[in-house]
Amino acid sequence: MVAKPGLDGHDRGAKVIARALRDAGMEVVYTGIRQTPEMIAEAALQEDVDVVGMSILSGAHMALFPRVTELLRENDMEDVLVLAGGIIPDEDVPALHEMGIQGVFGPGTPTDEIIRFIRENAA
Amino acid sequence: MTDRLAELVLTGRRRAIARAISLVEEEGPNAQATLAALHPHTGRAHIVGVTGPPGSGKSTLVNALALHLRQDSVESPAITVGIIAVDPTSPFSGGAILGDRIRMRDLAGDRGVFIRSMASRGNLGGLAWATTGAVKVLDAAGYDLIIVETVGAGQAEVDIARAAHTTVVVEVPGLGDDIQAIKAGILEIADVFAVNKADLEGADHAVMALNMMLNLNAGAECRVMMHHGRLIETVTTAHREQDMAIDASGWRPSIHKTVATRREGITELAEAVLAHRAHLEHTGELAWRERERAGAELEAIIQQESLRRVLEDTAKGQLASLIDQIVQRQLDPYTASRQLLNE
Repeated sequence: MVAKPGLDGHDRGAKVIARALRDAGMEVVYTGIRQTPEMIAEAALQEDVDVVGMSILSGAHMALFPRVTELLRENDMEDVLVLAGGIIPDEDVPALHEMGIQGVFGPGTPTDEIIRFIRENAA
Repeated sequence: MTDRLAELVLTGRRRAIARAISLVEEEGPNAQATLAALHPHTGRAHIVGVTGPPGSGKSTLVNALALHLRQDSVESPAITVGIIAVDPTSPFSGGAILGDRIRMRDLAGDRGVFIRSMASRGNLGGLAWATTGAVKVLDAAGYDLIIVETVGAGQAEVDIARAAHTTVVVEVPGLGDDIQAIKAGILEIADVFAVNKADLEGADHAVMALNMMLNLNAGAECRVMMHHGRLIETVTTAHREQDMAIDASGWRPSIHKTVATRREGITELAEAVLAHRAHLEHTGELAWRERERAGAELEAIIQQESLRRVLEDTAKGQLASLIDQIVQRQLDPYTASRQLLNE
């Protein structure tokens, strides 16, 4: 599932990723923009997804991502692979890993790298 | 383990429902065991199909319809709604973009709604192979009304008519002239029409064309229904003598102008959907459709199961050699298939 938490409406990157994953043979649920952590966790639960990828460009990642991983844990979904993308400063990456976001992919990451990461790490 | 999953589904546990639908999508013996355990608890839900061309606003309409049933309808307690939204699988990569949720954000946070996206995985009739099973899971979990949104459908994707009790066909203004309206296929399966985007020019013309089409339904002496290539004749009822648009069960499909993005015309559409269900119950048509549905489901399962068995029982080399002989015109596929089935 590709989700856009927060209030920025720039989902071109998210759509490019969704399309690349589709072309790699994956079924991608795209939630659209302006999703709350609650909406993302509930959609992940209903769709029974293997991977949640979130893209955020507004800088609110340190506020929103922990809430998503917390809700996933509450739903017994800690085995879901959580990835992040968008504008995320390098210094935040260790903290994101800490909270269970296994992969962080910034602008310019080749889509092949993300696909490979998912194939190697998804349940 | 699967019986335990079925038990959890019956209690309405959302995680279990989601897992069970995934299991059904994966197919195999576990899926069959779970569905078998759930089967006795199904048959209560009203199954509503929503179909129509890509971009006609099906998802937005489903969103508006579900929101209305949850918030504005007079039923108490409010009807719970399950939604299965099917999008196409890429014929090349096998991947899919499932984007119907984007239009359904108004329903987020409502515990009385469960939305599941589904890729068609090569099925051609507008649904996925697993759709029927997923409907069963939601039915057994206690959802009162289950909306199945098909892949964007053109003219011939009519599987939904057999999977649903009530079929809503969504049209939009300006799609074609009156000839389109008299072609066979999707327009014939509607119990209720929504002419969506009715704020666009040509909405009244679209309604008129549909009405004309319905009024021309006079032709045949008895209603004939295609069923897996067989023709099944159903008896005409006396109603048809007064109004030729009335179908064999005595229902005249109603036509509603809607603007789903502004939630206009949704009350009338929802009322028509519920009225159709009441009509099916009163006339006994529901029992007939249930029987049709069960028959179609059984046939589909037999088809798949027998194919699986034959392929399983046939040595790879033997199959390849039969195919070679067919390609070289030494054997025809009918004889080959008979040989395999008799073994």
